[in-house]
Amino acid sequence: MQPFTQLTAVTAPLIRANIDTDAIIPSREMKTVSKTGLADGLFAGWRYTQIGGREINPEFVLNQPAYAGAQALLGGENFGCGSSREHAVWALAEFGIRAIIAPSFAPIFQSNCVRNGILPVRLGADEVAAIAGWVTANPVGNRVSFDLPQQVVTAATREFRFELASEPKEMLLEGLDAIDLTLKHSAAIASFQRADQTERPWIYDIGGR
Amino acid sequence: MSANTPQTLFEKLWRQHLVKELPGGVALLAIDRVFLHERTGSIALKSLREAGRAIVDPSRVFCTMDHIVDTLPGRGDDTQMPGGKAFIIETREAARAAGIHLFDVRDPDQGIVHVISPELGIVLPGTTIVCPDSHTCTQGAIGAFAWGIGSTEAEHALATGCLRMNKPKTMRVRFEGKLAAGVTAKDLSLVMISRFGSVGGNGYAVEYAGSAVEALDIEARLTLCNMATEFSAVTGFVAPDDKTFAYLQGRRFVPQASDWDRAVESWRQLRSDDGAVFDVEHVIDVSDLAPMITWGTSPQHAVQVQESVPSQAASGASEEGYARALAYMDIQPGLPLLGLKIDAAFVGSCTNSRVSDLRRAAAVLAGRQVAPGVRAICVPGSMAVKRQAEAEGLDHIFKAAGFEWRESGCSMCFFAGGESFGAHERVVSSTNRNFESRQGPETRTHIASPETVVASAIAGRIADARDLANLPVR
Ligand code: SF4
Repeated sequence: MQPFTQLTAVTAPLIRANIDTDAIIPSREMKTVSKTGLADGLFAGWRYTQIGGREINPEFVLNQPAYAGAQALLGGENFGCGSSREHAVWALAEFGIRAIIAPSFAPIFQSNCVRNGILPVRLGADEVAAIAGWVTANPVGNRVSFDLPQQVVTAATREFRFELASEPKEMLLEGLDAIDLTLKHSAAIASFQRADQTERPWIYDIGGR
Repeated sequence: MSANTPQTLFEKLWRQHLVKELPGGVALLAIDRVFLHERTGSIALKSLREAGRAIVDPSRVFCTMDHIVDTLPGRGDDTQMPGGKAFIIETREAARAAGIHLFDVRDPDQGIVHVISPELGIVLPGTTIVCPDSHTCTQGAIGAFAWGIGSTEAEHALATGCLRMNKPKTMRVRFEGKLAAGVTAKDLSLVMISRFGSVGGNGYAVEYAGSAVEALDIEARLTLCNMATEFSAVTGFVAPDDKTFAYLQGRRFVPQASDWDRAVESWRQLRSDDGAVFDVEHVIDVSDLAPMITWGTSPQHAVQVQESVPSQAASGASEEGYARALAYMDIQPGLPLLGLKIDAAFVGSCTNSRVSDLRRAAAVLAGRQVAPGVRAICVPGSMAVKRQAEAEGLDHIFKAAGFEWRESGCSMCFFAGGESFGAHERVVSSTNRNFESRQGPETRTHIASPETVVASAIAGRIADARDLANLPVR
């Protein structure tokens, strides 16, 4: 996984509440059992003029030349709600998105972001709106800076501090594989299971009929 | 916290699965059961195999075919979703190679993951169960800690038997009082989400309690817990009780012989102690509730069925979100929901497709007919539900009324790329999501209880099942 430390990026405002994972990557765009080949289908319902088509909808923010190469998004409340599909995050990452600022994230989506090198930044709705106003004035020039070690987003002269628990922060900073981290605790897991097996044998002994 | 401090049920579930506290407030939690399906589980199995990692305990991993598989009679591996067959075949091969339990397309126990897991006794009180599917919270109704995860986390659970997570805060929502006739668990979910918002549960593990929840049967509790994800909660759950134990006894994967008695004895401890403190507590008086229906594109956009589309101020939506929802749904403020013409009706999904749902819907339908021009579909949640419904003759009632009677699966609860309702069609649906394009490109979904769905199908317009006397009889 690509680590995240700092980023200064063209940031596209997509401030709608409840942008769900099916809007981010419609199910019809998940064509094979794969984590790749998804960027083309990102926001397909909004990005293209026709369902399943590829004719560009010039209105959609990510299609506007000023936002070309955007690596960050500004979103509305409950960003990433709906289906748990990690394809939404894989599509965003493949498209080049590295950070998302929103007033709130759906829990599964937020955790999927962290596991794929995308920084979820939670700020107040007013703060998100303020950043959007500044960005919109000059999308190419007004780039938003993200500093994960300091937990600060900078837009114009304003700095916005954001909260992130230490585990997701570490995972993003180091680009860590959580499985490897957990396997370091194999001894603790084994001893838990030994005790638990006596306590709750039915958990482990699944006969089925 | 001393041993005598009253604990919440969630605290007990958490402690029982705590393998180790890690730095930064993260816990390593033991995962008792993993469930997968062909839409998102396939990629987890494939990716794990490509990484050269093994599943620690395949006997505790289950997989079903529900999301992509067709629900048309005579179905096989071919599906209407372009490329869908490959998902089914790859999932089957990966599941067999991994040695996990598979409920394949033609398995008599096949069905929607959150319907078959309780039905087969895979989820048990006091278990942790995860699935790369957001509605895994449904299974909390059995008294389990059940939640949806992403595919990468699923790989983690498969490879380590654990998950790393920060402890959620606790919330209790007490539904107190007696439900009026015709008001159901679905309506409780919609009332809660409309009242506290679609992010009202963000960061919380939510215990549903109170006299109205105690009075619900297990299938209704599954409906209630189903929509915890639409509340943005980590999960929702209900303390297990005698009804839970009676529901589970004798099911396929429950503890056998003497283990059963021991298990039940330990499950009796799974309740919030008197005096246990929650981070947040809400109380909802249910005695004056009515059937609910959504008017917009978020589950929080819900009102009582006899009400009108609310003003922006009353809706709690932002100006932009409100305008967008009205335009999408093609409605105006002040428009009564009752009488709004519909194109389709759908009874199905992990929210409302169990046999009790079908019984209640059939009671409204009996002797009546779907209005001309309305496409009506019923999809039982599992093959076992379908068999039971057929044994009771419910299928005849649905079919005689003009409903399609399907094989089990997710079907048109969501648009997978194959079958769907048409653009701009207005669908009254017993599902859980009314998002834009959820049931097909540009479909307009109103979610409601199965009773409201079938009453609307008969009327050809949004209708209130409590007005049964006014619904035309064939
Ligand atoms: S029935 Fe619908 S909500 Fe439930 S698991 Fe299937 S697609 Fe998801």
